[in-house]
Amino acid sequence: MVGLGKMGLSHLAIARAHPDIDLVAGCDATAYLTDILSKHAGLKCYADFDRMLAEETLDALIVATPSRLHAAMVEKALNKGLHVFCEKPFVLDANDGERLIALAQAKSLVNQVGYHYRFVGAFKEAARVVKSGAIGTIHHVRAEAYGPVVLRPKGVTWRTAKNEGGGALYDYACHAIDLVNFIAGVPASVGGAVRNGVFSRDVEDEVYSSFYYPGGASGQLCVNWSDESFRKMSTKISVWGTNGRITADRQECQIYLREPVAALPDIGKGWTVRYTTDLSEPVWFYLRGEEYSSQIDYFVESVQSGRTDGENTFRSALAADRVVEMILADGGSDSGITPVGGVAARQPAPKGLLARLFG
Amino acid sequence: MTMDRVLFGDNQFFGVNHMSEEKARAQSMRFQDLRAVIEVLDAAYDAGIRTFMCTTHDRVAEICEHFRANAAKYPDYQFYPCMPYAHKYANAVTENGMIEALRMFLPQDGAVAAMLKGGVALANKDIETIMQLLIDAEMKMFHGLRTPVIFMQNVITDLLLGLGMKQTLRIFHDHVRNRYGAEPGYITMNVPLLLDVLDELGIDNPIVCANINKIGFRMCGGIEAYEQAIAQRRFRPVAMSVLASGAISPREAIEYVCAQPRIESIVFGASGRSNIRQTKALIDELTSVPAA
Repeated sequence: MVGLGKMGLSHLAIARAHPDIDLVAGCDATAYLTDILSKHAGLKCYADFDRMLAEETLDALIVATPSRLHAAMVEKALNKGLHVFCEKPFVLDANDGERLIALAQAKSLVNQVGYHYRFVGAFKEAARVVKSGAIGTIHHVRAEAYGPVVLRPKGVTWRTAKNEGGGALYDYACHAIDLVNFIAGVPASVGGAVRNGVFSRDVEDEVYSSFYYPGGASGQLCVNWSDESFRKMSTKISVWGTNGRITADRQECQIYLREPVAALPDIGKGWTVRYTTDLSEPVWFYLRGEEYSSQIDYFVESVQSGRTDGENTFRSALAADRVVEMILADGGSDSGITPVGGVAARQPAPKGLLARLFG
Repeated sequence: MTMDRVLFGDNQFFGVNHMSEEKARAQSMRFQDLRAVIEVLDAAYDAGIRTFMCTTHDRVAEICEHFRANAAKYPDYQFYPCMPYAHKYANAVTENGMIEALRMFLPQDGAVAAMLKGGVALANKDIETIMQLLIDAEMKMFHGLRTPVIFMQNVITDLLLGLGMKQTLRIFHDHVRNRYGAEPGYITMNVPLLLDVLDELGIDNPIVCANINKIGFRMCGGIEAYEQAIAQRRFRPVAMSVLASGAISPREAIEYVCAQPRIESIVFGASGRSNIRQTKALIDELTSVPAA
């Protein structure tokens, strides 16, 4: 594993708990993390990625570093003949993506990107229903993602740094975009893209865009990671077709069919609601949601069976990166990202967690 | 130390609903007023529920304040804190990075904070001191209240379990006992795996709270492994998510849990007075006459 930040630690815990994974070593440049993990978790740690690749005999690599580092690390791993699981977003430059896809293909290596929503029961159900044709000809899709990440004019991590794959576009929007690709198909073009800072100066906190499909169908993307009214990231997708509508989030999948269809005998006329309790498949280890475990298990299965064309391949993830590039091209330059009309200045002082904890 | 048979949970107060985000939002709206929260806790108290099992969400501090101010009204009331409210940390880490987030939650004048400030590696990785300080920070809001059991939240238990940081589970155990004279508990989604590790650490007869429900929802290792562990292994099970977010009818759900031997307590959350009374009555009824 390389990259032991927030997502990295989550992957590390899941991978170490997997009965078929022998997690040989971890790599991160942050000494306090690797010191703690080597001392208290008995994990062999490296500070230097090249050294780890050179010294260890590995079958596969999990990459959970900041996004700008993905391409070079994935390339090195593929060149060493390793199967690769890479966190999202896949790459920041589509040219890198094409090169890596060709490389993985040439070497017949498993390649997967961490779009975990494709392993959420409710989203899988939405994809199944849409692909069956049950809701008819699709004419509109809407993907929304909201959450409470940046709530004040501050922020020091790479997630809030320009050029490192930070910002709501790479962090939040790409999940929503990938869900659109997964459930409704990849849009051909985008328009009216807006990327604004609400509190951030260097990156966008909100992203809005229209999507256009060949044949006239359209889509909308609404993303805002500066919304405190949400307890955590919340993602929702709705698809409208000539025979009905479907709305899915992590918890439930609501389907409305005007007329029942032969392809889906289990779904009748009118409303059908299916819940996560019904749609979740059991996992061997649960940390934050079945989907995080499922995607790692799927990767292991792919390695074991030699499946190189499964879910969330580099090719599939690159389609999301290309939509991101279209939004970037359409939505003005970085200099256009400034806090909206003095909103930041009107904010109350930070609440002070310590003050709240200690009165 | 015996635990009450019925514990009252807090998910409904903080917009946690495993079935529906809309329902979760409606609950957030209803319970943003502390009085609405207290009304429900009073309804549970009237139904004979004396224990509130709650996360260390910032708003729980307000609830604690109410119970301190009205101690005479609730002479036998107790809290089972579950720490931490993880999104508080997760959001802080995303925004500020790990070290800065850690500093935010530690006392600002402590030696550890000074070290973090100086950029020195974490006190020779003195994870014990840091964990103790974090536990103390979470416990501040409960001062003056009875907290006979203190739980580690599942996302932390299971993260440490997965990472293989086994000793941290022991550190939690020892600090909860030594500093608070309380019994440590662990919430987990991975009972069989956790029990193995607690055994290995020599933690005898631990309190373990987990999903235990008839449909096997979020019971990792499988429902059979859970049933076997409950029947055969030495631990004190607390059942949560017994209704599987409403996927099972109440009677069927409670019947199942009450038929499992040695489950000491059942935690449930509800928002309506009649719902609370009925669920409590159902547990009492099915507990007094064990199913065959």
